[in-house]
Amino acid sequence: MSSFEDLLADDGRVEPRDEMPDDYRRTLVRQIAQHAHSEIIGMQPEGNWISRAPSLRRKAILMAKVQDEAGHGLYLYAAAETLGVDREDLLDQLHTGRQKYSSIFNYPTLTWADVGAIGWLVDGAAIVNQVPLCRCSYGPYARAMIRVCKEESFHQRQGFEILHTLSHGTPAQRAMAQDAVDRYWWPALMMFGPPDADSPHSEQSMAWGIKRFSNDELRQRFIDMTVPQAEALGLTLPDPELRWNADRGHYDSGPIDFTELFEVIKGNGPCNAQRMAHRVRAHEDGAWVREAASAYAAKHAARTREGAA
Amino acid sequence: MTNSVKDWPLWEVFVRSRRGLSHVHVGSLHAPDAEMALRNARDVYTRRQEGVSLWVVPSAQIVASEAGQRESFFDPAADKVYRHPTFYDVPEGVEHL
Repeated sequence: MSSFEDLLADDGRVEPRDEMPDDYRRTLVRQIAQHAHSEIIGMQPEGNWISRAPSLRRKAILMAKVQDEAGHGLYLYAAAETLGVDREDLLDQLHTGRQKYSSIFNYPTLTWADVGAIGWLVDGAAIVNQVPLCRCSYGPYARAMIRVCKEESFHQRQGFEILHTLSHGTPAQRAMAQDAVDRYWWPALMMFGPPDADSPHSEQSMAWGIKRFSNDELRQRFIDMTVPQAEALGLTLPDPELRWNADRGHYDSGPIDFTELFEVIKGNGPCNAQRMAHRVRAHEDGAWVREAASAYAAKHAARTREGAA
Repeated sequence: MTNSVKDWPLWEVFVRSRRGLSHVHVGSLHAPDAEMALRNARDVYTRRQEGVSLWVVPSAQIVASEAGQRESFFDPAADKVYRHPTFYDVPEGVEHL
């Protein structure tokens, strides 16, 4: 395994056919699969609003965004498969609850402003998490993340634009925008995971070059970039302790109630059951399409063989 | 019985981003046949005009050098520095060489 250690020491990239420790492979499969699952489950909260988008422009944008999430899932499943797992098995593990997805998608999208808050805060937090993954030690994951990050920046901007429009609209629209930000701020902060002291796998992932910054470092980075954006929107963030600390050069913030995160991870979030039921139903409802495609391919392969005989 | 997604082969996808450049590997996908692979590749890998041409190749058809034999396979080139122009001394003042 010395070639693996040498590669990491040299900040080199590990490629699919290289030797790698079993734990490194397992950790990557778990992380990439969870990431892929999050992308496709992430289609649901926003998909909820496609038919009710307030204009044709917003609807076209939202459809493109939701389609991107499907694409991101596919880039990531492709990356996971290079580690020797099967995409169908990963989906099966998602459907049977043996693999997880990001807890953020277990919150409901109650109003149109939530679509804005998801783009701005949830995709914003995802970008902060994902940009360092473009330098992940595993080549196929890093390459997938480069594509994902390029596409996510449109997602964040369209969310910001939705909120900006609402916050400069009628008092009711402004209140709707503020309500969405109030509900999504804390869950977005929890997307960075538990505090460093309670994050058991972080140290090993950092040593392997899978993770480049700690949960708390990334969370701080997100807070620092988001506070001025909230000011530009004319909206407040629901943390009375949020203030600039000139000594640290960062914003201070209030404590995060992580018991909520752990409850949602355990399956007790507002939409866990709904998301999973919808996902399984969509997969089952699509079975006839997959069967038809298989049957068509088999028929044509047989004809080609007959023609050759 | 081939009516299972598990039997769908894996295809490697290559995109030519514009004329004058070669096709570059971008990822992979599963599809039951070449035509579906091409259509899926278009939707997955060229949603933003990333390509003017696509190749899909069954992954099983790709023959690769052995990662474990990288050194013995590629080392013969290592001690032939005279294949590079920088190996040669050029007298002061000689141009266009």
